[in-house]
Amino acid sequence: MTLDLILFFGIAFIAVVSAISMLISRNAIYSALFLVLNFVAIASLYLLLNAAFIAMVQVTVYAGAIMVLFLFVIMLLGAERVETSPSLPWQLPVAILLGLVLVAEFAYVLFGKVAQAGGELTGVGEGFGSPASVGRMLFDQYLIPFEVTSILLLVAMVGAIVLTRDDRKGSR
Amino acid sequence: MDTRDLISILPLLVLAGWACLLLLIDLFVPRDRKSITAILAAIGISVALVINLMQLGEVRQAFNGMIVLDGFASLLITLFLAVGLIAIAQAYDYIKRRGIERGEYYSLLLFTLCGMLLMATAGDLIVVFLALELLSIPLYVLAGFARPQLESEEAAIKYFLLGAFASGFVVYGIALIFGATGTTALDGIVASFAATQENPVLLLVGSGMILVGLGFKVAVVPFHMWTPDVYHGAPTAVTAFMSVGAKAGGFAALLRVFLAAFPELSAAWAPMAMWIAALTMAWGNIAAIAQKNIKRMLAYSSIAHAGYILMALPAAANPTVAPEALRAVLFYLFGYAITNLGAWGVVVAMEKAEGGGLAIEDYSGLSNRRPGFALAMALFMLSLTGMPPTVGFIGKFYIFRAVIDADLIWLALVGVITSLISAYYYLRVIVVMYMRSGEPETRSESWLNATVWLTGLGTIVFGIVPGPLLALASQSWLSSLVP
Repeated sequence: MTLDLILFFGIAFIAVVSAISMLISRNAIYSALFLVLNFVAIASLYLLLNAAFIAMVQVTVYAGAIMVLFLFVIMLLGAERVETSPSLPWQLPVAILLGLVLVAEFAYVLFGKVAQAGGELTGVGEGFGSPASVGRMLFDQYLIPFEVTSILLLVAMVGAIVLTRDDRKGSR
Repeated sequence: MDTRDLISILPLLVLAGWACLLLLIDLFVPRDRKSITAILAAIGISVALVINLMQLGEVRQAFNGMIVLDGFASLLITLFLAVGLIAIAQAYDYIKRRGIERGEYYSLLLFTLCGMLLMATAGDLIVVFLALELLSIPLYVLAGFARPQLESEEAAIKYFLLGAFASGFVVYGIALIFGATGTTALDGIVASFAATQENPVLLLVGSGMILVGLGFKVAVVPFHMWTPDVYHGAPTAVTAFMSVGAKAGGFAALLRVFLAAFPELSAAWAPMAMWIAALTMAWGNIAAIAQKNIKRMLAYSSIAHAGYILMALPAAANPTVAPEALRAVLFYLFGYAITNLGAWGVVVAMEKAEGGGLAIEDYSGLSNRRPGFALAMALFMLSLTGMPPTVGFIGKFYIFRAVIDADLIWLALVGVITSLISAYYYLRVIVVMYMRSGEPETRSESWLNATVWLTGLGTIVFGIVPGPLLALASQSWLSSLVP
């Protein structure tokens, strides 16, 4: 139990620090790399929760594929230097207000709901979140959403091409 | 999954498959003969329509409750597919004339229709969300189809940013509801809440978020700000389709989600919907008065009509009035679709190649130059105002009656007063057409003309003989409300 706690706090510390560093870093490349670190820390938290499959997906999809794409885009556009653009005057108060709302919501769920359950949450069953059970859910219960998502991605792709293709230069 | 599941969504399957296939076929269609793609798309929609009409009256669930096929869904699918056919006919020559004819236009149109079909049949919040996205994303692209024209690009960006923002609300709402009840199935949410009565706060906030998100989509005040700019900037044929299809799709989801999943919370959302409806009717109609551009005027008019349609939601919260309110709203959606598509059709015909001809003043003298078009436009304006003997009158009559039966007299009063206000700007178009002299330039394109005649005929026929459509609408239940 204590080892779990030490691990948890260690990883959580890394996650929080990397998240903050991502926000305040002036160089977009550093921001992206801090985000990768953050994703990996979150993935380790999933591992602590016995959710190995989700942890792997987090690493491969987010830390891997998506962040590599981000880095490509940043480097291709040469946008690593963030211009200190004039910030919106009302941004800070609104951000603080919305943050407080989020904290209140977490507090409500944690202290209202978890305390109600007597501080003890029942664990999930054996095999929950394993690739096999995720696959079964995906192709049985959630077949329609799964297939619709694929159409959605196709549409987004077609849309992006339609909106960016240059027709004037004698293309077909 | 078995074949019965697949048969339940056969119109959707045909449409989605056909849309993907069309993307491929279009590659082999020469650039100057994209009409072929249009006709193929129309054939696909027609096939889906025939299949849907054959399934009319069937009630069942499919894919473990993800899909609900009932009268409500079938009738709305009929509406969506018919709107899709008219949209293709209106776009056929228009996009040629604007020089933006590309085969993807029709594929994207079919994909949007898929989203609408899914929206009408969704039995689970996840499907509702995906349907919403499938409906919206092609529309963002279509709004920007006249690129690199600045107005069109602006419309696309505005629509996309605000649409994405609204989707965020919907997702967050769904997450909260899942947190509260442990399920996203519409019937599961009712059952779970009825059994435990737990977490009313989370459920309430979640349903409020969904109301906000869908409110953006159907453009009700105070979530309407994008509407005039987007309707103005998008290619007119797209606007026509958007103002009818996206709105009807949004209302399909709104009605099903709130009546099927949150009936127990009606004490909370009914007053909220009531106020939004009243505000929408008031602001939409008042802001429309000041508009000089016909596209912006019709945009505000469509906002106002969203208010009239939304009036039915608080009325339907009362279980004894629910059947009547549902019938009224379905009839209204049909009437609004017919009238509005017609009015936008005339606008498409009046638009000049460079994007001129859109001021209301440009309609001066239309009665001399094209008496038939002027008459049709007058009819559409009367119908949008809600005057007999048009379909708009019957629609408003039944909506107001449902609202009064639900003891919301003041709301009905707001509706009547704002309808009177709306007469000012609708009738002004008629005055300009008939009493001012001018030499307006119009186009005579056979498919476009056909849609104007057809919708004009529909406006008057359903206004005089509303019986059959009303009977059909009253059989079109939400399956969860069947006693």
